[in-house]
Amino acid sequence: MTIEMKDTTAARVTSALLGHHHELGNAGSGMVHTFIVATDRDDYWEAYNAALAANREHPSRILIVIRDPEAPDGLDASIHTETEARGDVIVLTMRGRTVEHPGSVLRPLLVADLPVVVWWPNEAPEDLLTDRIGKLANRRITDALGAVNPTQAIIDRAYYHSAGDTDLAWTRTTTWRALLAAALDQVRQPVTAATVEAATDNAPASLLAAWLGLRLGVEVTVIQTAGPGITAARLQTPAGVVEIVRTGLEDTVYRMPGQPERKVALRRRNVDELITEELRRMDDDVVLAEVLAEMVRQNGQCALDLSRRGATTV
Amino acid sequence: MTQDSAVVAPPQDVSRYLNPLRDERDRRLPRIAGPSVLVMFGVTGDLARKKLMPAVYDLANRGLLPPGFAFVGFARRDWVDQDFAQVVGEAVREHARTPYREEVWQQLLAGIRFVQGEFTDDEAFDRLKTTLEDLDRTQGTGGNHAFYLSVPPKFFEVVIDQLKKHGLAEQSDTSWKRVVIEKPFGHDLTSAQQLERVVSSAFQENQVFRIDHYLGKETVQNLLALRFANTMFEPLWNNNYLSHVQITMAEDIGIGGRAGYYDGVGAARDVIQNHLLQLFALTAMEEPTGMGADALRAEKEKVLEATSATRRFDQHTARGIYDGGWSGGELVKGYLEEDGIPADSTTETYAAIRVDVHNRRWAGVPFYLRTGKRMPTRVTEIALQFKQLPFVPFNAHDTSTLGANALVLRIQPEEGVTLRFGAKVPGTQMEVRDVNMDFEYGSSFTESSPEAYERLILDVLLGDPPLFPRSTEVEESWRILDPVLDYWAGLKTQPESYRPGTWGPKSAREMLARDGVAWRRP
Repeated sequence: MTIEMKDTTAARVTSALLGHHHELGNAGSGMVHTFIVATDRDDYWEAYNAALAANREHPSRILIVIRDPEAPDGLDASIHTETEARGDVIVLTMRGRTVEHPGSVLRPLLVADLPVVVWWPNEAPEDLLTDRIGKLANRRITDALGAVNPTQAIIDRAYYHSAGDTDLAWTRTTTWRALLAAALDQVRQPVTAATVEAATDNAPASLLAAWLGLRLGVEVTVIQTAGPGITAARLQTPAGVVEIVRTGLEDTVYRMPGQPERKVALRRRNVDELITEELRRMDDDVVLAEVLAEMVRQNGQCALDLSRRGATTV
Repeated sequence: MTQDSAVVAPPQDVSRYLNPLRDERDRRLPRIAGPSVLVMFGVTGDLARKKLMPAVYDLANRGLLPPGFAFVGFARRDWVDQDFAQVVGEAVREHARTPYREEVWQQLLAGIRFVQGEFTDDEAFDRLKTTLEDLDRTQGTGGNHAFYLSVPPKFFEVVIDQLKKHGLAEQSDTSWKRVVIEKPFGHDLTSAQQLERVVSSAFQENQVFRIDHYLGKETVQNLLALRFANTMFEPLWNNNYLSHVQITMAEDIGIGGRAGYYDGVGAARDVIQNHLLQLFALTAMEEPTGMGADALRAEKEKVLEATSATRRFDQHTARGIYDGGWSGGELVKGYLEEDGIPADSTTETYAAIRVDVHNRRWAGVPFYLRTGKRMPTRVTEIALQFKQLPFVPFNAHDTSTLGANALVLRIQPEEGVTLRFGAKVPGTQMEVRDVNMDFEYGSSFTESSPEAYERLILDVLLGDPPLFPRSTEVEESWRILDPVLDYWAGLKTQPESYRPGTWGPKSAREMLARDGVAWRRP
């Protein structure tokens, strides 16, 4: 059953939620954070399902925000009571001028005293920290690959990064980074050059290349391929080349100097898994911050950014 | 030019190599084990099929196994590689927790081998050696070998001797050899020391991994987090506020097909010596100086050394044996009627002991440890029972149903914490009663987080042993338990029977009643 509430207010939603808890005989306890999913689109189901999947590991109150600025002013809400979620699931449709005041709707619905995480599965605001929803949160998750222009999205992330921001494009590099780090654990040699091959304008590839450049102190060449995503990474060492090449959707070949060629399982993970990984950490991802700063350095200083950030940073 | 200069780089530079891609602040990067072979002795057991084989696959599926991993089975069966691969494949499809993916399976399959032979057969161990050398060459496993002894304890000695004899236990600067043994580690202090001599003749302490499959790393870390990452519990964690502590591990099943193993061993050796005394040590120990292996073991050893089973054993221990009868809606056999159990067996299926810790924190706070089969439910928990209120500012009727507070650390079936405290019953009457407040962090068994066995295997392959007990802990545990076992053996009587599906024999209730307390109903 779903409790549908048309033209309602946050207070009425809160009271309906309390009533629902009361009926179930639980106090809605055991939740570890509030998870806001901010989207403008009707096709929010992928995000909705990913939020529910992540909820199995991190019981939480899920607030799905749909913004519809063209519609007449108002707020619609539906409380989803028959999900498998171990927590609350509420879809909030903000219409008309309500879109400009999301905090007024969300603030009463945050779980007391626990962290607030917001996720923009598609387009995200330029500066997350000053965004009306973003400023309610301790952790802000974006997905450059969900944006219309992923490359521009990741550049925005780089210029406007603040503590607590992460992007799923970075999460997507974790398995590649893990394999490369494991390879160096074995080769134990300095790296003299590195190459990343990926589809054109691939945001994870840009991050992976910036990370390798930063950590290894070498030039990283990015070569464009047909994709999908990252297709290969190579590290040149005095002993030979460490090579991870995706040869098919599910097949990846792993080559190390002086060792037989092997297959590894390097699967493209779905959004459920990426979001679950993100929610394990509420603290700042300092490694990502450094990588983004490196990208900014490579792209040259941005006048706009410095003027917006005020005199203290200059 | 750069190529030449690096090739002649002195070896000490290699050993001091710091991987530039590793950064301790980068907590996303999982630790992937180095190239290695896992050799399993005893491949036909339940544990091997239901837990070990699926865990290996799940690790591969999560990308935590290295490229360059091989899995070798050693058993008497007249099998070739394909037969073993088929058994592993079936076990994986049936019991793995992550979805079956052909490419992961193909990756594993390339490194699956089988060596046929008896444990006493020198030729078989020669073949094992050849197989391992071959794998190091073709699969790039780098001479790193972990030997998992999933065999009855009586075979430990012969297998370890064979490994030593055939040079399979010798490490070099560039490769490691490790051995994994499962509880029971001996059946008393003397045999544990004997086992230790055998193991240490071939392997050094840091090569030995003792596995208690009841005690996952997740559990231990949860316990440590609750105790040492919070301000509010530790001040209460002593004899100022606690009256006693109850540690329970109950199983609702009987001995099943384990008659051969279980008879003569019994509940105390099977569970109290390892699992319950480890939980006890983690509950009672002082704060370690860090979460490293040595710091943790040092504290556990200290508290075990300060502990002894409480005399007199006729008053402070209880043992029982389950009768036939109705359990959970089905008619079940009594222990003595189980297949393969002699009618005059004196093996206990329920054991409860009291231990006291002789230090300032715990003096006067008894710890009661109990375990049993055919209990009403499967549950493992640590219950810290608080003292009764020293003074109640209500009249007696208001608080007639109010018990003492309790903090319960639930371990099985779902990990979590329960706090029991008094609350006013809604209404005009002033009536205070006990209520429970529960916390459960998600499910520890989600597909996305590794299961206990996976973490155990991964730790072995990574060489990361902090939570495995060291031989000193094993021996201290026997020192605590041995006097009780001797006392029971000296009685030469059968343990008191209890109805299946109940919380144990009458003597268990009396044992606590003597101290003025009662067992919790978990």
